[in-house]
Amino acid sequence: MATTSEYKKPLPTPSHVSRPFWDAAKEHRLTYQRCTACGTRVFYPRDICPGPECFGVGTLEWVESSGKGWVYACSISYQPAHPSFAEDVPYVLAIIELDEGVRMHTNVVGIDPKEVAIGMRVEVAWDDVTPEISLPKFRPIQK
Amino acid sequence: MKDTMRGAAAIVGIGELKPERTRPGRDAMSLLAEAAYLAIQDAGLTKADIDGMILEEGMTPTGSGYNTKMGEYMGIFPTFATGCDAQGAAGVTMALQAAAYINAGLCDYVLCGMSAAIDGSRPRRPAGPGHTDTATSEFAVPFGPTVGANGWYAMIAKRYEKLYGATVEKRAKISVDLRYNANHNPMAIWHDVPITVDDVVKSRIVADPLHLLECVMPCAGACAFIVTRADIARGMRHKPAYVLGGANGVSRGNLTHVGEITISPVGRAARKAFAMAGYGPSDVQVMEIYDSFTITVMCELEESGFCPKGTAGDWVQDHDLTFKGDKPLNTHGGQLSYGQASTAGGCAQVTEAVRQIRRDAGEHQVPGPTDLIYVTGSGGTFSQQSALLLASDAAL
Repeated sequence: MATTSEYKKPLPTPSHVSRPFWDAAKEHRLTYQRCTACGTRVFYPRDICPGPECFGVGTLEWVESSGKGWVYACSISYQPAHPSFAEDVPYVLAIIELDEGVRMHTNVVGIDPKEVAIGMRVEVAWDDVTPEISLPKFRPIQK
Repeated sequence: MKDTMRGAAAIVGIGELKPERTRPGRDAMSLLAEAAYLAIQDAGLTKADIDGMILEEGMTPTGSGYNTKMGEYMGIFPTFATGCDAQGAAGVTMALQAAAYINAGLCDYVLCGMSAAIDGSRPRRPAGPGHTDTATSEFAVPFGPTVGANGWYAMIAKRYEKLYGATVEKRAKISVDLRYNANHNPMAIWHDVPITVDDVVKSRIVADPLHLLECVMPCAGACAFIVTRADIARGMRHKPAYVLGGANGVSRGNLTHVGEITISPVGRAARKAFAMAGYGPSDVQVMEIYDSFTITVMCELEESGFCPKGTAGDWVQDHDLTFKGDKPLNTHGGQLSYGQASTAGGCAQVTEAVRQIRRDAGEHQVPGPTDLIYVTGSGGTFSQQSALLLASDAAL
């Protein structure tokens, strides 16, 4: 783990609405929101329910995820837009769909990038990048 | 059938700056003004004639009130002015806005346009760690930002390959035919360089599975056009390009939103555009399809109704997409080979359609009929896509 000043990659800036996510992340709990009015599952964090027939304001509660899902989309990055990622190239940019149905941006780690495939089962692999922030990355589920 | 703005307005003036890698010493406002002046003069108008303005500041705005700043800068003071926040779909959307405002009687001569400045004296990529500041970039950028939209479209292409199998060997045909068009267009940035399928396949992978020659190159440039009432247009110097119909489908802000990411929202816009115009895909004679990447074109062709979902890879093999071919596509070279000056790239597809309708495209003029042209614009990552049908009076 680097100190916050040593870590050179972009860090999330927790907001009033995302703070609970990052607090749970520090404890290695992967969470998402679910609307108490209509049941819609939501990620990224917000105050307002985007459910197709729901006008819920402040109706979203935090729920814990199993941390398991599958690779919905992926791409090996050979050309980092940010110089701090140059040392990681090639790395895998991916969208994971959790078993609970929400999707999130992440990296797939612990595997040769060329082996990552759409449909692959994965589980969260926390990266404690600073004392404040743990990023949810994913690795293939060990059988 | 209720009254719509079908045929109420036409594009009568166009102005473009040739896309360049850099334009040292030129800022965005001066580039837009130069293109605007070309468009106004092309229409045979004076500054005092312009009573409507829809100008877009581009995707890195520095504040609000762009129309007031540009109005003062150019000496043009309209009585209706607004912006267009549709990213790459802005050029097409502006044509629809202008037609709607004209049809409503809000203004008669509307100047539309945008620009992108690249000075070249500063490095293109951001230096130093950046802080994420929005709800979406907070959850994407920490995992590795992409160069432009490369990473996002790469993920769409990866899913497309998984679902339908079309790899770069098939996608490359789009790049090759569009480059042929550019080789016949002196305004295109890649005018002097022909390419083959082999060149595309061998070009380096920028974001797996997309190769370099499947992606646009960012340029500096500008594009503008003038829209007026149909009855006024008939008396002006050029053959008018009538706005027959259009729409602008909004689908997502972020690639993690629900839904299949290989489905482009242009389908919803296309259905409304065709319904308003009273035509279908089989009536279209020329297509100017927003081409940020090869994969963008493929998904838009399918959703617009030109071929079934998942078949565009074969469809592009089976057709000649050059300006001389049976399915002329992106006849000026496309943004892929003409160049993309940010949102002005999508606008240049509108002005190219106008040029084709006028039979004024010179060496890259489509020899066959050019009376009904379909134009699309795409913003974000399949976030907001617009469809537009332009026609000569033969197709009114």
